[in-house]
Order: sequence, then C-alpha cells, then structure tokens
Amino acid sequence: MRFGIIVFPGSNCELDCRWVLENVLGQQAELVWHKETALGDYDCLILPGGFAHGDYLRTGAIARFSPVMAAVERHARRGGLVLGICNGFQVLCEAGLLPGALLRNTTMHFLCRQVHIRVETAATPFTNACTRGQVLRIPINHNEGRYYADEATIARLTANDQVVFRYVTAGGEPTEAANPNGSLQNIAGICNEGRNVLGLMPHPERAAEALLGSADGRLLFASVLRSARTASATPR
Amino acid sequence: MRAKVYVTLKKGVLDPQGETVRSALETLGFGEVRDVRIGKFMVICLNDVPRDEARQRVEEMCKKLLANPVIEEYRFEVEEG
Repeated sequence: MRFGIIVFPGSNCELDCRWVLENVLGQQAELVWHKETALGDYDCLILPGGFAHGDYLRTGAIARFSPVMAAVERHARRGGLVLGICNGFQVLCEAGLLPGALLRNTTMHFLCRQVHIRVETAATPFTNACTRGQVLRIPINHNEGRYYADEATIARLTANDQVVFRYVTAGGEPTEAANPNGSLQNIAGICNEGRNVLGLMPHPERAAEALLGSADGRLLFASVLRSARTASATPR
Repeated sequence: MRAKVYVTLKKGVLDPQGETVRSALETLGFGEVRDVRIGKFMVICLNDVPRDEARQRVEEMCKKLLANPVIEEYRFEVEEG
C-alpha cells in the first residue's frame, strides 16, 4: 500500500508514522509537504501529530487552509482513507471532514502518558483487525484533546456507530477517572459517516513495537492493510 | 480603520481556564465572582473602506477563520482611526 503523510510546518510525528509504515509494516510511505496541491496515487493519507502552524488561533485552524487540504478533501470525498492522529484529528475537525472540535484539557495540563482505549466498533477500515470491546494501550500527547460536539451530533455519532474509541480503565470501563481530558462520553476517536475518515487523539504510531511498551497501535495500521486486501479481492 | 473582534466559548462549553481564574479570584477574596469566561480579543487594522463594507468583510473573516461555530461565538466593532 502507498501511504502519504501530510507534513505541515510544525508537524512532528511524521517520521514516527513513516518508520512504522516502512520498517514495521513494510509499506511505502512518503512525506507530502503542505504546499502540494496535487496528490500522488495514495491509498491512505495520514495527518500526523504536532503543532501545525503553531496551533495559533485554534488547533488546526490555520492548517485546514493549507494548499494540500483541498486535495485531502477530494481524496476523502472519493472514499479514500484518511487517518488523523492527534493534531491531525484537530485539523480534520476544523476542516469539517469530521464533526465536533477538540478543546483544552479540563485538567489544564499537557498530558503525555499511556492510556487505555476501547474499540467501540470493528466496522471501520482502521479497526477491522480488532474486536469490538478490545482494550488497547496507546499513549496520548496533547493539550487540547477534549472532544466536544453538541448533543444532536453526539446522538448522531452514537446512532451511526461512528464513535470508534473511548477512554477506559485497564478493565475496559469508561469511567470518569479513565477520561484524561474531559472528552464528552470519554470519546477518544470518531469516524465520518462514510467510515473512511478516522480521527483519534492517542498515537498508534508510538505504540507499534513492543520495545516501546506496547504494540497495540499496530492493529490500526494492520486494519488498513487488511481492508485494502479485502477491497482488492472483491471483484468490481 | 480598526475592527475589534471578541471570540468567546459558547454557553454550555466548559471553560477550565475561566474556572481556574474564578477559583483564584475567590482565593484572593473576590467572593462575589460567580463565573469567569475567557476568550480572545483581536484588533484588526483595515484599509479605509465604507463602514458597511468593512463590517461585511470582518463578518466573513469571523465565519471563515477567526471563530469556530462548533464551540465559539463572536462579535465585533468597526471603528475609525
């Protein structure tokens, strides 16, 4: 598979993503500078973590107008896979490719630690190698990770099975104590209605090798590979 | 001319920064403080154009970039000078 990793000024997780895709999973991955207006033939685009454009004004607010974003939107509207990690999630929300917004953590702390998240649905190209209810150990690293959307949007997300990850205890319970940043309903990641765009605050690329304390994050990338295999095996 | 733009979190959106400041004010003896909401204040200097046109352009700026309607509200004033 060919992955394109979008690099904004201030992105800082693009090399971790490339490392995992190339060295751990043996895939092709290229960095794409945000000034590009035409994208190569990528199967999946990744918007990595960092502080795009300094996160000035709001996280992702300036990045969503980077020249490359029109091509990212076209890719998404065609049904192409888009994965937004941390800052990438914030950019996707600002761009309107995912509903809601990410606000300052209620703790007022920058949070950098391992958390447990529960897979709420395996029916996405990013979680099909997981089972529903499976608990993954993946780190977070953010200051603005509190997921917020109005009540109607949350209800719609829930009804459409678009809540993909929730913060939980090690035992899999979505308690208040297990919610690191005050996200509504412990939401850690969501997908769009078409299920081809996923945003999550935790960093799967930082938990893709046992050496780093957890390899659970690899399941997200393995899911993407699996969905591509399934798609190519299906006669058109 | 100048536009003064005020962007604040919508009612109902938790503002932990405001709550922290409220609590600090209470500690400092300002017990009458019921609530603090923190927002952004921007001063935008514009080329001189008719005021209506300036208002319309600033409105567009707010909608397009300066405020996120999912979480924020805005208001602004346009003044000479």
